[in-house]
Amino acid sequence: MAKIELRNLAHSYGGNPSGPEDYALRRMDHVWEDGGAYALLGPSGCGKTTLLNIISGLVQPSEGQVLFDGQEVNALPTERRNVAQVFQFPVLYDTMSVYDNLAFPLRNRRVPEDRVRERVEEIATMLDLGDVLKRRAVNLGADAKQKISVGRGLVRSDVAAVLFDEPLTVIDPHLKWRLRRKLKEIHERLKLTLVYVTHDQTEALTFADRIVVMSEGEVVQLGTPQELFERPAHTFVGYFIGSPGMNFLDCELDGDAAVVDGHRIPLSDEVLTASREAEGRLEIGVRPEFLELTGESGDGLPVEVQFVEDRGTHRLVKARAANNELFVKLRDDQPVPGDRARLRFPPEWTLLYADSRLVR
Amino acid sequence: MTGNHDPRSTAVPDSTLGTAIRARVPNAVLMLYILFLLLPLYWMLKMSLQPNSEIVGSFTLFPATITFDNYVKIFTDASWYTGYLNSIYYVGLNTIISLLVALPAAYAFSRYRFMGDKHLFFWLLTNRMAPPAVFLLPFFQLYQSVGLFDTHLAVALAHTLFNVPLAVWILEGFMSGVPKEMDETAYLDGYSWPRFFVKIFLPLISAGVGVTAFFCFMFSWVELLLARTLTSTAAKPIAATMTRTVSASGMDWGLLAAAGVLTLIPGALVIWFVRNHIAKGFALGRV
Amino acid sequence: MGKTYYPKAWLMVLPVVAIVSFSAIVPLMTVINYSVQDIFGPESRYFVGMEWFREILSDPDILGAFRRQFLFSFAVLAIEIPLGIAIALCMPRKGPWVSVLLILLALPLLVPWNVVGTIWQIFARPDIGLAGITINGLGIDYNYTGDSIDAWVTVLAMDVWHWTSLAVLLCYAGLQAIPDAYYQAARIDGASRWAIFRYIELPKMRGVLMIAILLRFMDSFKIFAEPFVLTGGGPGTSTTFLSQYLTTMAVGQFDLGPAAAFSLIYFLVILLVSYVFYQVINNLGKGVG
Repeated sequence: MAKIELRNLAHSYGGNPSGPEDYALRRMDHVWEDGGAYALLGPSGCGKTTLLNIISGLVQPSEGQVLFDGQEVNALPTERRNVAQVFQFPVLYDTMSVYDNLAFPLRNRRVPEDRVRERVEEIATMLDLGDVLKRRAVNLGADAKQKISVGRGLVRSDVAAVLFDEPLTVIDPHLKWRLRRKLKEIHERLKLTLVYVTHDQTEALTFADRIVVMSEGEVVQLGTPQELFERPAHTFVGYFIGSPGMNFLDCELDGDAAVVDGHRIPLSDEVLTASREAEGRLEIGVRPEFLELTGESGDGLPVEVQFVEDRGTHRLVKARAANNELFVKLRDDQPVPGDRARLRFPPEWTLLYADSRLVR
Repeated sequence: MTGNHDPRSTAVPDSTLGTAIRARVPNAVLMLYILFLLLPLYWMLKMSLQPNSEIVGSFTLFPATITFDNYVKIFTDASWYTGYLNSIYYVGLNTIISLLVALPAAYAFSRYRFMGDKHLFFWLLTNRMAPPAVFLLPFFQLYQSVGLFDTHLAVALAHTLFNVPLAVWILEGFMSGVPKEMDETAYLDGYSWPRFFVKIFLPLISAGVGVTAFFCFMFSWVELLLARTLTSTAAKPIAATMTRTVSASGMDWGLLAAAGVLTLIPGALVIWFVRNHIAKGFALGRV
Repeated sequence: MGKTYYPKAWLMVLPVVAIVSFSAIVPLMTVINYSVQDIFGPESRYFVGMEWFREILSDPDILGAFRRQFLFSFAVLAIEIPLGIAIALCMPRKGPWVSVLLILLALPLLVPWNVVGTIWQIFARPDIGLAGITINGLGIDYNYTGDSIDAWVTVLAMDVWHWTSLAVLLCYAGLQAIPDAYYQAARIDGASRWAIFRYIELPKMRGVLMIAILLRFMDSFKIFAEPFVLTGGGPGTSTTFLSQYLTTMAVGQFDLGPAAAFSLIYFLVILLVSYVFYQVINNLGKGVG
């Protein structure tokens, strides 16, 4: 089993980095607990694959340390690190049967044949590959092939962590959820540390206990799906998570409220206390799920309703207030407003951001 | 993402001497082979710089008398450099045509099943199997009857007979190495088919495209029989000069060698231009 | 995961079929036409049926040449294909030397074929050629114009020099097309260098190897200019390969009928053997699934 620690870790592919732009990964310190299921979430190019490869040993970090259970492993090559990696597309040995594919990592390590059979059958059953063991791996469908790739990682009993690099990329959309469920099952049974790289928030939110959100080489927030949803530490997290993401409005502070286009929006005590030190560009952020839309005569920010979209389980309202556009989600039982309405910002869900970072 | 080391290197071996030897052997083998390739080429270069008397008269590692006469003779011969240009023209034309028609066909063979596909694929290659000698006259008659005799297009077209099948076969092989799922994923991501093909698919098979381009160029460049048969004055290729080197006083070794050296240049340029495609490798980037 | 059935795919293949058929069909028909006639002149032709075919297939010189030709082609394949794979494996995958190496590899392929023969003619001469002098200097009695074995070895060496680069370039491109992830996964699985070659590289090179083998077989079976210029077919008929007989018949003696029949037999032999190679290599990869 492995507790993975990253200390002062940073990586620049060039070698002689002069500024932050030269870094693929900016300095970070992180601990990934043993047995946890983590997702590395972020847009293309944010460094998540680099980070994954550093953990697995395919890339050596230019700065800092990687520790497994307290031991530094920087110099340790991949094959000695007890990790398994699953790639974007199935990586198989085409000429071998499913059985031989799964047996390969064990045979290379000179495991006795009867133990090999035990392990292979165990893993194959777990992955529902039991009845195709004799077939040539190359003839199966993409989802079966990916399961074989995962299986090869799991057969080794000394495997401490399994790393996934966007493994569902080539899977048919209607099969993705099955594979996701299977991976979660495996996590529950084997209690391995799993790290799952993806750019799809649904995948991350359903798969992981804790999510690491990355942007431009930096870890922006590490938290549970709920934390990321309710208290995004960075406007990026607010944008990225949720569909649509968080609403942001430029504001100024005045006493006990934020002022947006002359309108006062009350803030909670917690936010007010923290805002004492706030400097830089100020924004308030509220999720579409929490905004309250009331009739024209209510109190709140006056807005013009631009359209209402029925999304089946809820309705999405796009509203405009002076220079800002906002999204509001309405449940089915909530009334649809007319052309003009007012928007109420519940203080418990209104957050303040200074220079894109959450004020707290 | 590649590592900091050669992805082909494996687990830390046990003996450092073993590692050292294992690292040196490929290099030694490569060096020996390159030496083997270079020696006759050097000999050709040497011959091009020597007078005939010296070539057959004595054995010298370096030319005793360096003369540029052979090259001068070539450069001052108008028919030689027009021949050169003619060859470059029809070979270039052929390479482009071959690649353009072969790409969609290779994609079809790689991704789809259709009536007669397997037989058609093999039939293509059969066009490379016949010995040319007896076919020259029929070819001459055919191209003359369609009014293409003595045009660059004639030779370019005639050469497609053997280059297009080769191009289709090579490209199909490389295309089949790209998983079909990639096409569908890109399609789902909203790419139009032409954009997908040019921006995503072609880069993935760039090694195949590079090799195909070079081989089409090479096979067309060295094909002299058809080129001579189908041309007379307007599109005459370098072939004519290549064989014009036997005179009353015997074989003009130096001239032939010089011509040989000069014919290497266009092909060398072509492979230099495609070198990045051949050496790029397959990086399945973010789709 | 197979291919999709899509009849309209024919449209994508049509340009290729059209352009190849244009040059293929009419000349082929003409040759078949000649092969069953005795042609004395443009006005006097007589239908002779299969007579030419029978004559050629019973000509001992030609049959001997066939045997010689098979021996040569198989020797060529046996040397050039493994050597091509080996060199491709030895080449660096990236770095400054790659461009230089690619150009050097390409050079032998670009020399016009008669020039290849001419250069080797001098190069292998025991009196004025580097190879000739070196070999004799090592104490080996070497003279390619006098001794049949020496002539064979020289022709083979010349072909290896000329054409191995084809196999190298194809295999190299094939290797480059293997995604890094396969090597990375192999490392994680603890595979040895040999296992990587056997289970990843060789299977993934099946496509390019098929092309290399077929191309080298076909072209070596039709070889004409290089050995003809080098040895003229000698000493005796030891290096007289099939194409030489055909060319003499077609060009020198202007016997179109028999030459046409000969060409067709020649073509069919190559086709048959190629087809066998094709099926064998294809099925090596399939197996039971």
